[in-house]
Amino acid sequence: MIRGKCWKLEDNVSTDHIISGKYKFGAIDSLDAMVPHVLEEVIPDFYKKVRKGDVIVAGRNFGKGSSREQAPRLLKMVGVSAVVAKSFSHIFFRNAINVGLLVVVAQKVPDVSETGDTVEVDPEGGVVRNVTKGVEETVNALPSEVTAILKAGGIVEYIKNHGAPPWLKGTE
Amino acid sequence: MGFIDELLSSVVGREVSPGEVVVVDVDVVYAHDGTAPLVVDVVERELSLEKLEAACRTYFFIDHLAPAPHVAAASVHGKMREFCRKHGIRLYDVGNGICHQVVVDEGIVRSGMVVMGADSHTPTVGALGVYALGVGSTDAAIAMAYGKQWVRVPPTVKVTLTGRPEPGVMSKDVILNVIGELGTDGTMGKVVEFHGSTLKFFSMDSRFTLTNMSVEMGSESAVIPVDELTEQWIKARGLTLHRLIDYNPSKSPFVDEIVFEVGDMEPVVAAPPDVDNVVAVSEIEGEEVDQVFIGSCTNGRLEDIEVAARILRGGRVSKGVRCIISPASRLVYTEALKRGYLRTLAEAGCIIAPPTCGPCVGGHMGILAEGEVAIATTNRNFPGRMGHRDSKVYLASPATAAATALKGSLTDPREYLRGWWT
Repeated sequence: MIRGKCWKLEDNVSTDHIISGKYKFGAIDSLDAMVPHVLEEVIPDFYKKVRKGDVIVAGRNFGKGSSREQAPRLLKMVGVSAVVAKSFSHIFFRNAINVGLLVVVAQKVPDVSETGDTVEVDPEGGVVRNVTKGVEETVNALPSEVTAILKAGGIVEYIKNHGAPPWLKGTE
Repeated sequence: MGFIDELLSSVVGREVSPGEVVVVDVDVVYAHDGTAPLVVDVVERELSLEKLEAACRTYFFIDHLAPAPHVAAASVHGKMREFCRKHGIRLYDVGNGICHQVVVDEGIVRSGMVVMGADSHTPTVGALGVYALGVGSTDAAIAMAYGKQWVRVPPTVKVTLTGRPEPGVMSKDVILNVIGELGTDGTMGKVVEFHGSTLKFFSMDSRFTLTNMSVEMGSESAVIPVDELTEQWIKARGLTLHRLIDYNPSKSPFVDEIVFEVGDMEPVVAAPPDVDNVVAVSEIEGEEVDQVFIGSCTNGRLEDIEVAARILRGGRVSKGVRCIISPASRLVYTEALKRGYLRTLAEAGCIIAPPTCGPCVGGHMGILAEGEVAIATTNRNFPGRMGHRDSKVYLASPATAAATALKGSLTDPREYLRGWWT
C-alpha cells in the first residue's frame, strides 16, 4: 500500500513536459544533471517541492510523446511513488513498469483530486483512494508478472534475482 | 484480424487475437544517441551482460545530436562507439542520417518484420508492412540481450483515405487533418491501418509521413499493407520481402473504421500547444515566423526537399527568417545534391544542415529563443519543444514551410504549385 500527497496534473502531460528535450540532450550523459528540470515547465521547482512517496494524479494520455525512459526514471528519482491517470501512453506505461514506478489506471479519483490531497494506492487489492475527498475506486489489478516486476523494483532487479524476464520461461 | 495481427500470427506460428500477450522474436532492434546511453547502462552497469543474443540484429544510430554540439553528447557518442565495437553491433555514425530513414534506405528493415526501436517514431517504417513498436531503452536492451520481447496483440482501426489530394496538399496535411479530427489520444491502445484510393497518389516518401505521424494520435503503431507500390519500391532498390503475409482486409474485423475524404482537404498547420490543434493555413495566414525547419523523420525525404526547392527556386528566403534544411539521411542528401535541389535552396538563402534530429527535439542546430515562432515539418509542437518554453512551433508540410520561408509569414503553398503536382 502506498500513501502520499497528491500532485494533480491535467490531460496530455507529455514526456517533454516531464523532461524537456533541451535539458535531456544538454545533459545526455547524466541523469542527475536532469533532476532540476523534472516537470519544470508544469510545476516550477517540482524537484524541490516533491516529497518521497508523493503520488501524481493525472488525466488522459499521461506520458505521451517521446519514448525517453528518463521520464519515469526521473519521476522515481525525485521521490514519486506512483502515477495514477485516466490513461497512459503505451511506451510510458511499459517504461514505468520496467524501471519500477507504479502506474495505475483510474477514472473517478483523477476527477476529484487536487494537489495536496492524501491519496492511497493498493495495487494488489486493486483500490485507489482519495482519503481527503473520501472517494474510493476499484481498479483492475495488474497481471501477476507486472506485479512481480514492480515488487522487485523493476525488470533489471527482477532479472538479477531470477536470471531472466518473467515472460521468457517456457518460450525457449 | 488486421495486417499486424496476421503478421504476429505468422511470427508466433498460430492464430493470435487482439488483447493477447505473446512473446516474439524481434527481427531488428535499434537505438539512437538519445536512448542508447540508457541501453548501454542497462546492459553493462545494471545487468553486467557480456554477450547480447541479438547483437547481429541490433543497430545503433548517432542522429539526435549529430555532429556532437557539446562535451556531454561527445562523451555519449564515444560510449556508443565503444559498446558497438565490443558487442559487434553495426553503428551508423554521425552523417548517416536519422534512424527511421536509414533502416529503410539500407534495407535493414524489410516488409513482414517485427521491429523494435528505442524511439517513439519507430512506426514510421510500418509503411512497408512491418510491425514496428516504439519502446524505451530498457525494453530495447532486453530485446538485444534475449532476442525476444513481449507484445500485446493490438486491436486495429482501419483509416480509409479516399480521393485525390489537391495540388499543394501533401500527406502531412492529410494526416494532420486526421489527427485534428481524432485528437491526440484518438487511437490510443490501437494500431492504425491505412487503406483507400488516396494511397495510389502517395509515394513511399509520402506514406512514411502518414505512419510516422499516426503516433501523435496515440497509436501504438501504424501500418500500410504491402501493395503494388510497396513491391515496386522494394524491387527498385534490389531488396526482398522478409516475410510474406497472406492478408485479406475484407475479412478483417476492425475495432473501428473511419473514412476521410481527402479531395476536400486544405493545407493545414498544427498550431501550438498540441498536434491536434489543426487550423487551415488560409485561416491563419500572416502569422510571422523567425525560423523555418524542413527535415526530420517526418518530412526530411527526397520528395520533401524537392517541393521546397521547387517553391524557393529563383526566390529568396524572407529577410529576418532563418530557413534550415536537413535531409533525413546521407542517401537523401546526396540525391538532393545530384538533382540540384540543395544548390537551389542554398542560393535562395537556406542553411543546409547535415542529417540530424537536432532542431525538432530542441537539441541543437536551431534552438528557439523566448518569444520566437517557428514553422517546422516535424511532429511535435509541445511548449518548449524546440527551445524556450515561450517559443512557438507550427507543424506543417514542406510545401507550406517553404512558402512561409519566402513570405516570412504563414503562407498557403497552393499558389506556388499550380500545374506542377503529379
